[in-house]
Amino acid sequence: MEQSNEMKPSSDSDLFPALEVLNRLAVSESGFVFDPASGHNFTVNETGLVLLRLLLKEQRLDQILETLSKEFDAEPREIERDVIEFISTLRENVRG
Amino acid sequence: MAVINSTVAITGMNAKPDNPGPGLAVARCLRESADFQGRIIGLGYDALDPGLYLDDYCDASYLLPYPSAGNDALLDQLQLIQQREQIDILLPCLDAELPGMVRLLPALNEMGFKTFLPTSEQLRLRNKDRLPELAKIAGINCPQITPITQAGFLYKCQDEGWSYPLVVKGLFYGAYVVHSADEAADAFRKIAAEWGFPVLVQQMVKGEEYNLTAVGDGEGSLLGPVMMRKMAVTDKGKAWSGISIDDQTLLDASTALAKAICWRGPLEVEVIRDQQGHYQLIEINPRFPAWIYLSVGVGRNLPLTLLQLANGQMPAAFPATKAGVLFIRYALEKIVPIAEFESIVMQGRRHIVDNSSTQSEVSGNEPGNEE
Repeated sequence: MEQSNEMKPSSDSDLFPALEVLNRLAVSESGFVFDPASGHNFTVNETGLVLLRLLLKEQRLDQILETLSKEFDAEPREIERDVIEFISTLRENVRG
Repeated sequence: MAVINSTVAITGMNAKPDNPGPGLAVARCLRESADFQGRIIGLGYDALDPGLYLDDYCDASYLLPYPSAGNDALLDQLQLIQQREQIDILLPCLDAELPGMVRLLPALNEMGFKTFLPTSEQLRLRNKDRLPELAKIAGINCPQITPITQAGFLYKCQDEGWSYPLVVKGLFYGAYVVHSADEAADAFRKIAAEWGFPVLVQQMVKGEEYNLTAVGDGEGSLLGPVMMRKMAVTDKGKAWSGISIDDQTLLDASTALAKAICWRGPLEVEVIRDQQGHYQLIEINPRFPAWIYLSVGVGRNLPLTLLQLANGQMPAAFPATKAGVLFIRYALEKIVPIAEFESIVMQGRRHIVDNSSTQSEVSGNEPGNEE
């Protein structure tokens, strides 16, 4: 893991929406998400909800992938692809 | 908070679903407030203005002469209404009537009307043709805009860096999105015929529409700002649904504008968030918007605030900004007895009809009163 950290940036700030943006989101148990600054809303599924909550606590991609690998039975490469796609969609839906 | 028992006259009772005036919504805000126990007098310009017939909101209704009839005709009618209704506060809600009302303020005050309006100078400072200067003050962008008096500009504007689609606008009302010079010239003629010169040409900006409404205290502060994003619009671009937001950029821009103009009275700031994520200032309207009922939805009853200011009272503190409150507009049919319509058409004043007897209450023709 340490070796992995050396290879990747310690912060994935370019990839993630800003933490202050994520913190302001109203996220309900149903997966309904509302951005009070832009007035946009969108929905996420159960996995998306897990990931969104994880993003609020953790802003390092490698750590996120490690956590998700323990929780979900999927290939690491598949998880990484899904996470990056999710974050990309998230950035489109919230105002950074 | 002291209960307000004033009699309030509100204009703008036109409420066509695709482009409603704000008057009816302002009346609704007041009527539903526990802090307002006064009477509401609805004022309209057309016998088909729906608000005139809605007795849930208007205790009495009258027609005003169109501004083209002149100041004397307006003052005569207001004097007549004042004698009947003993109005305390006058709330004009339409852009086009404001310059005239502001000029007539001394006469209106003499008749006993209290108001809380901007000055003529403040109105001028927020004119649509000054948007670039205002946008600079607000720290946001503004689409290119220019006043024109001849349609010829619309055929050569592309040589000067403009590109279709454009928005052709009246100084007070009316806006057409046009995609060609011929279409623009047609819109120019329609706007000029209805609202006079100059006609404004604005570069079309694509993006999402955001609005802010508030009350300026006349000393540079913005009271009770309410912001919303339009979620659905009518064919005329008017909000059919919206959601309250809490956006610091829009708030800062609007606060800077109010401070620079020392705005006094209600206002609406319209911006578009363009595809690059930048705000573009579109208009500053000197009145409440038709979606003002959202202010009640977020706990900031701005028409009530305006009444307090007009009465010389200090408005109560506002609750924290509340994002995520939606409004969805809908249209209803009001059944109107022909006698009520007739009274508006013939006398400019609504006679409330007792449905059980179908006779006029005001004319005293109920059974038993005939002799």
